[in-house]
Amino acid sequence: MDNHAAAQNEIKPLVDMQGVVIEGFSNDRWTTIVDRVDLKVYPGEVLGLIGESGAGKSSLGLASMGYARAGCRISGGTILFEGQDLRAAGIKTLNRLRGNRMTYVAQSAAAAFNPAHRLIRQTIETSLVKRGWNGTKARRHAIKLFGTLRLPGAETIGSRFPHQVSGGQLQRVMTAMAMVPEPGLIVFDEPTTALDVTTQVEVLLSIKDAMRTLGSSAIYISHDLAVVSQMADRIKVLRHGKEVEEAETQEMINAPKEEYTRSLWAVRNIERNAKIGAEPRLTIENLTAYYGKFKALDNVSLTVPVGRTVSILGESGSGKSTLARCISGVVKDVEGQVTLAGKRLPLHLKNRNKEQLRHVQMIFQMADTALNPRQTVGQIILRPLRWFTGLPREKARRRMEELLSMVELDPSLASRYPEELSGGQKQRVCIARALAPEPEIMICDEVTSALDQLVQEDIIRLLNRVQEEMGTSYIFITHDVLAAKAISDEVIVMSKGRIVDRGSRDVVFSPPFEPYTEKLVKSVPEIDSGWLEQFRRS
Amino acid sequence: MSTLVKTMALAFNHGRLTVICALLGVLVLTSVFAPWIAPYGEAQVFPEPFAPWSPEHWLGTDQIGRDILTRLLYGTRNSILIALLATVLAFVIGGIFGLIAAILGGVLDQLLARLTDVLMAIPSLIFALMLLSIFGSTIWNLIVVIAVLESTRVFRLARSVSYGVVVQDYVEVARLRGERLPWIMLREVAPNITAPMLSEFGLRFCFVFLTIAALSFLGVGVQPPTADLGSMVRENANLIQFARFDLRAGITPLVPAIVIALITVSVNALVDWFLLSDGDTPNG
Repeated sequence: MDNHAAAQNEIKPLVDMQGVVIEGFSNDRWTTIVDRVDLKVYPGEVLGLIGESGAGKSSLGLASMGYARAGCRISGGTILFEGQDLRAAGIKTLNRLRGNRMTYVAQSAAAAFNPAHRLIRQTIETSLVKRGWNGTKARRHAIKLFGTLRLPGAETIGSRFPHQVSGGQLQRVMTAMAMVPEPGLIVFDEPTTALDVTTQVEVLLSIKDAMRTLGSSAIYISHDLAVVSQMADRIKVLRHGKEVEEAETQEMINAPKEEYTRSLWAVRNIERNAKIGAEPRLTIENLTAYYGKFKALDNVSLTVPVGRTVSILGESGSGKSTLARCISGVVKDVEGQVTLAGKRLPLHLKNRNKEQLRHVQMIFQMADTALNPRQTVGQIILRPLRWFTGLPREKARRRMEELLSMVELDPSLASRYPEELSGGQKQRVCIARALAPEPEIMICDEVTSALDQLVQEDIIRLLNRVQEEMGTSYIFITHDVLAAKAISDEVIVMSKGRIVDRGSRDVVFSPPFEPYTEKLVKSVPEIDSGWLEQFRRS
Repeated sequence: MSTLVKTMALAFNHGRLTVICALLGVLVLTSVFAPWIAPYGEAQVFPEPFAPWSPEHWLGTDQIGRDILTRLLYGTRNSILIALLATVLAFVIGGIFGLIAAILGGVLDQLLARLTDVLMAIPSLIFALMLLSIFGSTIWNLIVVIAVLESTRVFRLARSVSYGVVVQDYVEVARLRGERLPWIMLREVAPNITAPMLSEFGLRFCFVFLTIAALSFLGVGVQPPTADLGSMVRENANLIQFARFDLRAGITPLVPAIVIALITVSVNALVDWFLLSDGDTPNG
């Protein structure tokens, strides 16, 4: 360790940022996003930047290229790249460096590509302009990189348009785009966050291989600790724009110094004893749903017992959200039978009576769009309360305040509008709204996936507690194996509209696995820097 | 430097806003208090037609001897009021149908949309001329005809901005709760489209105002003895010929035209300011 540090002292850092301050303009004034952070990246090294949303990690990553997003400015500190002061450099110098000596890989590849041009043209564009390569040379280089990144049909994939390849492939093409000019520094900004877990692991492996071949330095930004610990040599933890701590990856994993870092590491240690056996509350038999000619659900049957949680686990396109929409009655083309508490539930919303509507409540992934921005928290919760229970105004008001306390919100928030709340608070309001009519079934559609890890954990704990108190049954739809582990009694694994595995949580998530379940479970990165290599070998 | 420019731009915007508001304020006040401010009655006739400017008749008299200043005050009042009523009615009709179309969707949406396409395909001024000739040019007919024709534009806007709102999860939550159409329209969707609708209201008002002025100028709009800016332009148009004897006589028919221009320009400017301040995010 000491040798390493000594060696680093002699080598000049590629990126050397000192006391960087970044400000953003909101509500008519400048607020600090990044507060006096130092950052060094040495040649050939990958630095992991980790933090929750709003920690300033993306702003800091972009600042290493001397760039501030629209509405932001770098207002203090020095940024040296290869000894050159980027803050003092003019736009000409920056233009020469960007896309050449330093490149960027964005989170959403789909939004970063021009849909009207073929992939190869976009991949080599900067090398043609900035490095002055000729087309043949750049193309040969790009194709070699496509191969290193293990894209299928490396020779021909470049002739496709962005919409003709999958999300994971597009992310790899974007990585290739960043690597073609053989830059000194690549900034990866959450490159795998939007991907399914099985795709993510492939992309991670291929990026790691390509980085090794290329020998560039990188800043790898992510909120996912497990991912960063696979990719980075060193990790820096940020919170509210300030540095929490920085250490070698192994050291950081084994012995984090700060309380906050430890809490990040300790995430997902929720203990829930999976309970089995209870009478069925909701029964679904042979449910089949179509979108036009596409069969989104194929003969799905399941039972949700009283006061239990059944998780539906699957990747995008597995039909898990369609299942939720079928139960809530908004899918038009559907056949099968749904029984709620012994009585048949009409498949279409308009045929259900108020009592039936009352007992199936839904919580959505994006709490932002699930709350009307023009209604106060109080109004949002009062309406379903009075609509379904017919409580008089004063009683309803008291009940609304009880519900807010139940989801661990201060009743004084009732007069606030959703935009004044944080992401976790919004999701709590959604939960309170769904609880208001005291439903028998609550469908949670990816309710934790838009939240930071610590908040996710709180929400899962809250849902578990509420279930204890009220005896509500949950259908918990998720792509997240860890969330499913933390909340379920029973798990159903779906793929391509079918159920491929089912059983009590402990049976599904322990060996012997069903093949698809095994793939899902094993693709979830663990907080262990050797995990990716182990995965490669297995 | 950039801060200086920004401050100046801001000051200019604020200054402009003050001017616009002052102008609109004066126009609205004069129209509200016209009966008290005006020196004579709206249809009071004096012996001398086409009288020149004088202390008794500041802007002279018209072709049958009515005081032009009085007519101007009443005309402003009537034109604004009629245009306002027609615009409000257009928004009620267009807004309701637009929301219904967006919320219910399906065949009904297509039917309503194609129907408005048909209506919009006919030039509205000519269509209005035709309808008014058939039903007669009363003020209420005028308001209804203009409102119905303008409501097609409102319908389109209301429908398209509502499309973005009805797919939001909170509308789905309301649907899952079994809420009826009026609740979804008025409580869930309408409050979220007010910003674009408000700015459209200003623009529509200008168009309605100009259409009514044009119709009156053509003789099928507001009928005498009710004063109105459009018909005043037409009635006094002959005075232009006297300009070579007395320049002021030439200016007289231009005064109502200038008032028309002032009202539309200032309402437009107000809308512009509103739109700008709505999506204002400076770059650092």
